[in-house]
Amino acid sequence: MVITYLEAIRAAQAAALRDDKRVFIYGQDVGVFGGAFKATKNLAQEFPGRVIDSPISEDAMIGMAVGAAVSGMRPILEVQFADFSTLALNQIVNQAATHYWRTGVPCPITVRLPSGGTSGSGPFHSQSMEALYAHYPGLVVMAPATVQDAYEMLLAAVAIDDPVIYCEHKYLYYHLKADDLFTEPPVPVGKARIARAGRDLSIVTYSAMVHEALAVADELAKEKIEIEVVDLRTVKPLDTDSIVASVSRTGRLLCVGEAFPWGGVTAEVVARVASEGFNLLDAPPMRLNAKDTPVPYHPNLWAAHRPTARSIADAARRLLRM
Amino acid sequence: MAPVDAVIAIEKVSVKAFRLMLLARMLDDKFASLYRMGKIHGGVFLGRGQEALSVASGLSLRPGDLFAPLIRDTAGRLAFGEDLVDAVRTYLGSGLGPMRGRDGNVHRGEPRKGVYAMISHLGAMISVINGGLMAHRFTGKTGSVGLASMGDGATSTGAFHEGLNQAAVERLPLVLVVANNCYAYSTPNDRQFACKTLLARAAGYGVEGVEFDGTDLEESLDKVNGAVQRARAGGGPQLVIANLLRLCGHGEHDDASYVDADLKSSAVGRDCLKVAEDQLRQEGLLTPETLTQWREEAARDIENVVAQVQREPGPDPYQEDWSALATKSLVETQWPS
Repeated sequence: MVITYLEAIRAAQAAALRDDKRVFIYGQDVGVFGGAFKATKNLAQEFPGRVIDSPISEDAMIGMAVGAAVSGMRPILEVQFADFSTLALNQIVNQAATHYWRTGVPCPITVRLPSGGTSGSGPFHSQSMEALYAHYPGLVVMAPATVQDAYEMLLAAVAIDDPVIYCEHKYLYYHLKADDLFTEPPVPVGKARIARAGRDLSIVTYSAMVHEALAVADELAKEKIEIEVVDLRTVKPLDTDSIVASVSRTGRLLCVGEAFPWGGVTAEVVARVASEGFNLLDAPPMRLNAKDTPVPYHPNLWAAHRPTARSIADAARRLLRM
Repeated sequence: MAPVDAVIAIEKVSVKAFRLMLLARMLDDKFASLYRMGKIHGGVFLGRGQEALSVASGLSLRPGDLFAPLIRDTAGRLAFGEDLVDAVRTYLGSGLGPMRGRDGNVHRGEPRKGVYAMISHLGAMISVINGGLMAHRFTGKTGSVGLASMGDGATSTGAFHEGLNQAAVERLPLVLVVANNCYAYSTPNDRQFACKTLLARAAGYGVEGVEFDGTDLEESLDKVNGAVQRARAGGGPQLVIANLLRLCGHGEHDDASYVDADLKSSAVGRDCLKVAEDQLRQEGLLTPETLTQWREEAARDIENVVAQVQREPGPDPYQEDWSALATKSLVETQWPS
């Protein structure tokens, strides 16, 4: 059996709908059409009345989910592209994220954000929004990098009593395949995973960049350089303990993210390591992000805009020389 | 029900409504007074001039319904069953109130009792009510309605459009009550919308609409209740437009000097509490002695609750858990640790 990252997301939603009557799916084109990426393919047919097409109204989509959640439901929202979630920013960060803290009544919604760049998608179908949501108190932000995590973390997101922003990477949808849904022991939500052990340098990253980092580790292994790859899995909470533990083993930190460079997850990781583990570092902590421009359309520009195995390897070599 | 009984029922409701309006007005006045004494942190927002409409909203609902009141709904909240002490606790920041000092003034609610806690972003509660009604639909709870309250300013937001359209598409029992009080903060109607009347919007969304004089209690009770009944009976969303004038500033920090004097002296500027009082007197349902007695009772209740709440502890920052998540295992260690 071969299962893709996208199929795992669909399977998790099917399992959630099957096992929990409180679950429903709401989003644009998610019904009979099966979603822009087919992440809800056949679910409307399998679960009549529980996979519902919404108008093109991102604000009202999330608002509706909040109202349903505080009245006992477990909605899963598909925002067609993560980029469009800015239209729902108010409902996510001011309504959903504040609800439990203000009222004591939990707001268990899962917001699926098809995230990240694919060639040719341009400025408005390519963004990585995790840092924006991680900034706000009251949200859990997930960014699964593996087929198994795509499945298990989505089910966990539905079960969690808090609003979860689930950033699923569009590039991984079809490109990432596994022989089985379950190939590794499960890791609890909120804990990072050592995707590859090494002793010379830690690459801390998440989502699609985990695979770029693993490719770099393979390449540098030929030069007898051992890279440790830490897959954050959730960016909020951020598993600072595992990050610092990895840096304590390697003495060098390269934090890689596909998002824009100002602030964000990589900055947070570097800040925490500098503050909590300064004495562990043998070299300055380094970050590698996308460029500080909108995400470009043309493949030539796009490939140069975000980190790649090549640019990560260059950064790693520079850091190893320090 | 025989016609005579129906008249008596309406009269009883209007008497109950008037007493709630009176209580709300006096409670609001107390909040204003506490504000001027420096006893309230943050803003104070009154429902002065809007009590008839607000009380009609609260009284049209029944347990099991959903209510998203806005900033001028002291009367409606009380009518839907809010305990006086919760209102006072939230304004005075008592740690024992429903918001525990984490939020204040009009930002209060008890979702499990069907009262959603408003956020300040206008129009945002409409879709939340829709979601509650969807939950009722999923769980087979029939016959309930959801009422969202707002002003003319909120009708200009994208959230208003999205929320009302969503309710129309799903044909939800949403009652959207708009108090057109002529000003959104200082902005008059002619800078807020260009249609002749906000009622015109109902047709655009494919929903029923009704417009009336919101300074008139009996009119308000009749029209809001009618809309609630139509929604309850499966008639889909209802847009209710009530015309009135805010008889105070946006908040107590605002002297409302921008309000047009002609509007104040026009029919829309009537004080709904006085209008209701005159109506009840004319109908023989209210004597000066009764009114005095009701005022004294309301004043006593308010004074007792305020005195009690003023003795209650505020929230303790050292006891506060400072975590915004319900899932405590996912709360990050405060950083730097």
